[in-house]
Amino acid sequence: MDIIKSNVTLDAKGLACPMPIVKTKKAMTQLEGGQVLEVQATDKGSKADIKAWAESTGHQYLGTIEEGEILKHYLRKTSDEEAAEKKHPHFINNDDLQAKLTSNGNIVVLDVREEAEYAFNHIPNSISIPLGELDRRLHELNKEDEIFVICRTGSRSDFASQKLTANGFTKVVNVMPGMSKWSGDTVSMNCNI
Amino acid sequence: MAVNIITAKDITQRVFNKQELFILDVRNQDAFQDWKIEGQQFEHLNIPYFDLLDGVEEILDQIPSNKEVLVVCAKEGSSIMVAEMLSDAGREVSYLQGGMKAWSEYLEPVKVGELKDGGAIYQFVRIGKGCLSYMVVSNGEAAIIDSTRMTEVYTTFAASIGAKITNVFDTHLHADHISGGRMIAEKTNAMYWLPPKDAKEVTFEYQPLEDGNSVTVGNTKINIDALYSPGHTIGSTSFVVDEKYLLSGDILFIDSIGRPDLAGLAEDWVGDLRETLYTRYRELSEELIVLPAHFMIIEELNDDGSVAKKLGTLFAENHGLNIADEEEFRNMVTGNLPPQPNAYQEIRETNMGKITTDEEQQREMEIGPNRCAVR
Repeated sequence: MDIIKSNVTLDAKGLACPMPIVKTKKAMTQLEGGQVLEVQATDKGSKADIKAWAESTGHQYLGTIEEGEILKHYLRKTSDEEAAEKKHPHFINNDDLQAKLTSNGNIVVLDVREEAEYAFNHIPNSISIPLGELDRRLHELNKEDEIFVICRTGSRSDFASQKLTANGFTKVVNVMPGMSKWSGDTVSMNCNI
Repeated sequence: MAVNIITAKDITQRVFNKQELFILDVRNQDAFQDWKIEGQQFEHLNIPYFDLLDGVEEILDQIPSNKEVLVVCAKEGSSIMVAEMLSDAGREVSYLQGGMKAWSEYLEPVKVGELKDGGAIYQFVRIGKGCLSYMVVSNGEAAIIDSTRMTEVYTTFAASIGAKITNVFDTHLHADHISGGRMIAEKTNAMYWLPPKDAKEVTFEYQPLEDGNSVTVGNTKINIDALYSPGHTIGSTSFVVDEKYLLSGDILFIDSIGRPDLAGLAEDWVGDLRETLYTRYRELSEELIVLPAHFMIIEELNDDGSVAKKLGTLFAENHGLNIADEEEFRNMVTGNLPPQPNAYQEIRETNMGKITTDEEQQREMEIGPNRCAVR
């Protein structure tokens, strides 16, 4: 994957500390919860600072790609998804899914996080369809398959699982809690995290 | 309130004089925990600048109003922002010009002593990083040992005292900082000496520095006598200057000893280290004043800012020189190693001439504290 999708791109190139963070903070207020911000900066120190800033403010730092002199940082705005009640009746925990993956490499794992989240860290061979694109991409999935739906904390995947069931998928299982606590193998695009 | 500017030199004087200073370090917590400005009477508060973007009101009660307050960040931009906010809140504060970058690169020359013919030996204290380098001056000539990459400091200093740089030495192939030795030698047409056992992979011409080599500085025969003293690296060489000073490189420090693992050979070299410290150095006069290539903690500084102690005192006080049992010594040295310095492999390759890096990259490689010793 060459291009990582983001909702908003912020140009902080050529700016010295503290300006990349000052601008990132401001840009973040314009985003909706769950959206992805790409910050382009040339200040090398911005990587550690953006990561630490995200941690202290509760936003999700996804990763950084270095392209020559330019650092592209990806952040996802915090949302209150964790608080949502999970409604899909079929679920599996991380450990059990991991055991299934170990014994059978062919099972279908559907990752419904944003593409940028997926790009930096995902389960090998999992399929990426962000929740927002699921409706128009249902045809890419097979209704007869057993599908394990995963996101970061189990909320978006819960929503996606309900949506799949409503559309005639019969063997849909939500993975809880999801990638935020995943300890099994993951792969990432070629970049620095 | 006005915001004052303080230089790395000003802070160095406060370290030497053991003055009080309250440092508000606004870098992120990882950077602060890795490395900060140390002084015996310095107090620290670490609050990242990005937690202060909405104002400093919440931290005002943590900042004393009866003490000098210095705001510090990586390069200075964020510290200016925070210092101005504090100033608007009615506090008198300063910021460090150039930030930790300037602190890491600052060298303070300290005269360690006179030589017999009227010459002198100077120690260049890289206060922020703990690196020590030396200039031996006699009769219009100068020799430099273990120089940092801030080469202009040495050339300017030599010019200011009317000395021509004729010889440049590295006691070993450094892994913690980038040597300026080759560049100084090129600029001044001086001879550049390296221990050949450390220089097997270097890509440039150098003068091999062997045990027993004697180099004269000035007309009046201030000898620099090389003493093969492996253990930190296989080529590590010490110098006895003017029969009075022992330049111990990274083999022996004031409160610790060298680590043998930075070229990946701890098990092999620990025996050499023992031999150097417990046999070769024992044969030297205890009156020699040890001048190491590093200090680790600020308490090692003497009142005048120099880092120097008699060899006899170190034999009495340095733990690493007082482990009678060889097996225990081996365990202490190989089992007790601190984390390796930042980017030490790239630094070694730069010093070998294998990779070429620009100033910004060299700065990045050298970030953080120095970790060349075991205690």
